[in-house]
Amino acid sequence: MPVSLLWAVDVYGRVYSLSTRGQQWEQCRDAVLEFKRVTAVQQCCWGIACDHHIYLNVHSSDVPIRYQEETFENQRWNPMDNFSDRLLPSDRWQWSNITGLEHQPLDSFFLPSTNWEWEGDWYIDENFGGEPTEKEGWTYAIDFPATYTKDKKWNSCVRRRRWIRYRRYKATDNWATIPSEGRSGPLPDPFNDISCGGWEISEEPRGRLSLWAVSLQGKVWFREGIHHHSPEGDGWEEVSLPGEVVQISCGPGDLVWAVLWEGQLIVREGITRDCPRGSSWVVVDSPNPEAGAIHVAVGDNVVWAVTKDNKVWYRRGINSYNPRGSGWIGMIGEMVMINVGLNDQVWGISCEDRAVYFRQGVTSNELSGKAWKAVNVPRDGDIRSHSSASSSSLHSAGCFFSGEVRAQSVMSEDSDTKNGPQRAVLEVGACPSSPPPDPPPVDPDVPKPRIPKVTSDSFISEMLSDRKVKREGATTEASLREADAKSPPLALVLSPSLSGGPGDPQWSNVDLEETQTHLAVGPAGVRGDAADTCSLSSVATYTLCQEEPYGADEHPLWAWVSGGGCGVDCHSQLNWFNSATALSSSVQSMSLSISPAQTAAWRKQIFEQLSERSKREMDNFKHYEQAIEQSVWVKKGAMQWWRDWKPHKWVDVRFALEQFSGPEGNQDGILFLYYNFNEEKKYLHAFINEVTILVPVLNDSKHTFAVYTAERTKQRWPIRLAAATELEMHDWLALLSVSCCDSRGIQGPPSKQALWSVTCKGDVFVCEPSPSLEACPYPTPCDQMFWHQVGGHLRLVECNSLGVVWGVGYDHTVWVYTGGYGGGFLQGLASSTDNIYTQTDVKCVYIYENQRWNPVTGYTNRGLPTDRYMWSDATGLQECTKANTKPPSPHWTWVADWAIDYGISGGTDREGWQYAADFPTSYHGHKTLKDFVRRRRWARKCKLTTTGPWQEVPPIPLSDVTIIPCGAQSIVEPIPLWAISNKGDVLCRLGVTLLTPAGTSWLHVGTDQPFKSISIGGANQVWAIARDGSAFYRGSVTAQSPSGDCWYHIPSPVRQKLQQVSVGRTSVYTVDQHGNLWFRQGLTPSCPQGSSWEHISNNVRKVSVGPLDQVWIIADKVQGSHSLSCGTVCHRLGVQPMEPKGQSWDYGIGSNSSSVQSPGCVQLPLNPSSVPSA
Amino acid sequence: MADDKDVLRDVWFGRIPTCFTLYQDEITEREAEPFYLLLPRMSYLTLVTDKVKKHFLKVMKAEDIEEMWFDFEGTSLKWHYPIGLLFDLHASNTALPWSITVHFKNFPKCDLLHCPSNSVIEAHFMSSIKEADALKHKSQVINDMQKKDHKQLWMGLQNDKFDQFWAMNRKLMEYPTEEGGFRYIPFRIYLTMSDRPFIQKLFRPISPDGHTHTLGDLLKEVYPVAIPNDDESKRYQVVIHGIEPLLETPLQWLSEHLSHPDNFLHISVIPAPSD
Repeated sequence: MPVSLLWAVDVYGRVYSLSTRGQQWEQCRDAVLEFKRVTAVQQCCWGIACDHHIYLNVHSSDVPIRYQEETFENQRWNPMDNFSDRLLPSDRWQWSNITGLEHQPLDSFFLPSTNWEWEGDWYIDENFGGEPTEKEGWTYAIDFPATYTKDKKWNSCVRRRRWIRYRRYKATDNWATIPSEGRSGPLPDPFNDISCGGWEISEEPRGRLSLWAVSLQGKVWFREGIHHHSPEGDGWEEVSLPGEVVQISCGPGDLVWAVLWEGQLIVREGITRDCPRGSSWVVVDSPNPEAGAIHVAVGDNVVWAVTKDNKVWYRRGINSYNPRGSGWIGMIGEMVMINVGLNDQVWGISCEDRAVYFRQGVTSNELSGKAWKAVNVPRDGDIRSHSSASSSSLHSAGCFFSGEVRAQSVMSEDSDTKNGPQRAVLEVGACPSSPPPDPPPVDPDVPKPRIPKVTSDSFISEMLSDRKVKREGATTEASLREADAKSPPLALVLSPSLSGGPGDPQWSNVDLEETQTHLAVGPAGVRGDAADTCSLSSVATYTLCQEEPYGADEHPLWAWVSGGGCGVDCHSQLNWFNSATALSSSVQSMSLSISPAQTAAWRKQIFEQLSERSKREMDNFKHYEQAIEQSVWVKKGAMQWWRDWKPHKWVDVRFALEQFSGPEGNQDGILFLYYNFNEEKKYLHAFINEVTILVPVLNDSKHTFAVYTAERTKQRWPIRLAAATELEMHDWLALLSVSCCDSRGIQGPPSKQALWSVTCKGDVFVCEPSPSLEACPYPTPCDQMFWHQVGGHLRLVECNSLGVVWGVGYDHTVWVYTGGYGGGFLQGLASSTDNIYTQTDVKCVYIYENQRWNPVTGYTNRGLPTDRYMWSDATGLQECTKANTKPPSPHWTWVADWAIDYGISGGTDREGWQYAADFPTSYHGHKTLKDFVRRRRWARKCKLTTTGPWQEVPPIPLSDVTIIPCGAQSIVEPIPLWAISNKGDVLCRLGVTLLTPAGTSWLHVGTDQPFKSISIGGANQVWAIARDGSAFYRGSVTAQSPSGDCWYHIPSPVRQKLQQVSVGRTSVYTVDQHGNLWFRQGLTPSCPQGSSWEHISNNVRKVSVGPLDQVWIIADKVQGSHSLSCGTVCHRLGVQPMEPKGQSWDYGIGSNSSSVQSPGCVQLPLNPSSVPSA
Repeated sequence: MADDKDVLRDVWFGRIPTCFTLYQDEITEREAEPFYLLLPRMSYLTLVTDKVKKHFLKVMKAEDIEEMWFDFEGTSLKWHYPIGLLFDLHASNTALPWSITVHFKNFPKCDLLHCPSNSVIEAHFMSSIKEADALKHKSQVINDMQKKDHKQLWMGLQNDKFDQFWAMNRKLMEYPTEEGGFRYIPFRIYLTMSDRPFIQKLFRPISPDGHTHTLGDLLKEVYPVAIPNDDESKRYQVVIHGIEPLLETPLQWLSEHLSHPDNFLHISVIPAPSD
């Protein structure tokens, strides 16, 4: 889990953050102002400062926020001036946008705010759809709205070229002020509450957020246009309301709740992808009719509320169809506020001691959690005293908010809604369990000036006091009701909708119990007097007595907490609760390969003494007889076997592994498979030392794996076996794996020269290369290479010959190899004790909803008899309904519900439909008259949790990574590593050495378009493939200048879009979208870009070139004696220094039955990476 | 630095060179040669001495043979203690090979348990494992295992199959990461100079305030005499598997790595050699 931050504001308005790895609150030093409230998401934190302005703190990232401005220069040919900027009157502007409709001269572009800066000047784009243009970048056409080509023809009458300039958001890690301006001028009144969320509503545009704010007058505003390239958004839009709002909360998805002055809650409905603002409000009653709600917090699927009496409530029955939920459940604990963060985790600030509490045990099955646990960590060292903080803020920010009394003066000067004398401090020293007494009628003449109100919420209480006149009636009524509340027993208070409802008797019983115990304890419990104030304003107010000293050693008093950016869940190991034990573990987690336990003296002592003991007790007595004779050990079991002959089917077999000591003392074994054939008992066997790979096989119903030997690899027909349970399969796999490794003398972690690969299922395999692997002229045949599994789950893996290994998961999470081995099902002996960590991966399962149009009812789910299933997979051949579609294998579990996928290529309409004339054709995102069928894609996320020798490299998700295959002789020499983020940014990793394989930080390398593949080879040659399929070479990359200086555009092979590139010592290979493998010719040290592409092979999925220019590919359609295989690892034979292209392919592991119906669908490695330099 | 797994291997493959000599008073037909054997430290005497029995039977008459038992320098050796423990407890500072006297008569009923067959050893072994798991996991792990899994543990020990034994035993060594260790550490402390056979108490691997308990903490609690004072020379040796781990060694680690196959940490406290 990457490091993320919990944000909090203390009662003095100081902003602190607490890292999930950290053990102390770090004060946000650059917050020159005191803050009232903050609301955090992963990438940024919004806050309201004491000057009522909204501030935005965008966390800095190794990938900057940069926006590409573009404009087009248009010219027309005339016989006089040739091409010139003299256009026809009917033409577009000389400078325009791409459509030509808007006038856009270069000097019309301005920075959106002072938080931006230009990266450089305007320059001409010389890339035209993947093809390099002539030097000037002109593209030609017959007339303006027409197709452009890069070549000038006789009939080219007009031309245009594209100018680009980048601007960059510079105010990261800084509180940048956001002007309070609506569409029509400044907003009428200052802000009072703010809540950020909504990033799950839509991924378009990327990084989109919803920001809701509440003004002092109780109006609600929605900030438009916040997304990755516009972190500040455009402007405020008012949202109409049924009442006046005091506080609002917005979840990651479509939940938005707010609290009204009167104590009811309102729920926003109609929030969709197209309308993130929603359409209407629905009122929900307060959990306790006597005490209105004062605070609400929402997450993905939960709503928590706090009522005036500081009771905490949990809303039952919230889901995406019912944002209102069905009833309230009273919870233990008294809080002044609650915040819901990522994964529906809950934080609160206790009413008793003002400490931040974390709700433990919140899981997707038990969203209400189990218990509150105080976050008990110190604040960072030198805590500035309040006065110094405010005085410094006074100077630096020119703020007039500088002392205790000032808070009030600010208000009186600032707010025209105030009527001076009525403004007074309301403080009600009420114990929450006893009904608060009537607020004493405030006498304006009684001075109360010496009570400093330094709370972040003082504004609200003052607002309220202004309103007291208005609301006098209501207050008396409330107090009457409160008086009534005294007489009935302190009962469980449920909302009317729940009480008496037959729905959930257990729940209410439990809660009744909880509530009662708490109430019994409540009044007796020790309460800090100072913290015990509760104001009728219904909002947390904290008053400090002047006499009370507050120093640095005092325990922090918090006013606000926001966990919206804090990525924890109930499994996270947090060091927040017990400072003593936490220290060692945090140290452990930071060091990658050397943990303190390993270097401890006691451990060393045991190792030394044990080897001493062996010497003492055994060395001189080796000739003695052993007491126990070594015997054969047999493990038996029952399994199912995918029969070798037709009709293929699963048959029950008995399975046995016989292990014995081989002639040289090494372990060996034989695998037996006993079956019946025509009533006759037969068996099949395999020698353990001939097994080349054991692969778990993707199957949604059975727990299957495949056993390969060299012979079976040639046949492309492994022994396929299914165990009864997952556990049994893992036991067998672990045992067989250990047995195979033993028989080949392989122990411990993979060597530095190992070949790594991943299967299409995500399993990671390594192969120890034998010295003869590249031997000439008879290298080890590929099919005899032995691959064994290491734990973990990856989509791609990349290594160099020095033992630095990086991997990328399906969810683009980046992992670095820790030097351990085992994990996953390889536990116990097959696994190292250290360097094994939890690893998760998330991917989507897709199904398609298909419909056909008919003249009567339009589009319906009634197709023609010949049509595909109305719910199907992408091919339409398999029926896949929402209900019957399972996760890819039993290891995966669903983590979300089905959702429409709008991100499918070809585009969709607003409901996610894609249209076509008939089914198996190409789809487009809008309806035309010729379209008779439509489909839409549904996606559902599933998650896998495993363990392996991998540690996460946060925070930037990657789609590709490459490590220089050779180089670095010393352990501190930097190892060049390049990567492509999942957004297509090119990145160069700094600080990667043998000692620190994870490196330190990313250096962003600018490109004019997103990239998709990258490779670095010998002598720092960096090649990359852009999204448009063109190749680029990075110039002047050296050890001194690790990121190089500029990109050289290399034209791709004619009419081919390149997909992937791999660079060896001198060779450069690419694979295009049609599976062709291309070799770059003419590479010399003086001309590193080469001259042309030469076709080598087809049916290639992926290529990997080693440090000696060894070439490995994943090939499709390899013919075996039994079946055709997809995803076969192949090795290029005959690669010589003078013949880098080699001669022929040697086919290795990998097999796939050609029939989709086959239960044993093995697709093997995707990326055998570098090869030994032996 | 070697891996913790190597400790398991080293511990498992610990051997004690032993010389078996027949007790002088036993009646033989001809002179009995001594018999030399490498005894596995992890196993039980009666489980690995079939060869010894066979060797001496060759020189004896059938009617002179009763149940075989062993002594070392006059101390009857309890077969139900692991061999390594017997050695550490009684013979750790003597010369190798370990010289054991073999008896076929006068079985010391008050000192030793009868061991008519291997199934008695198996029953003893399994009950120890169950007791240990009761301490470690409230018996949850051992009860979740099937009969054949229990058998695998026993067969692993009987046939000296490290992989076979540990494939199953690792499950007994697991614990929830959030708890940081077992519920209680199964241990027994043996004293040579005591009437009590051993000391066994409930002791947790983690203190209530979250600190890791060490071997020293355990001894301080259970048998403080074994810890040397600052001002005096060491009076006792604390020996596990023939080695003396440092007192700051975490107890949980010891339990995971230096336990005997019966899942107990057998700790011998013996007087330090006087020289």
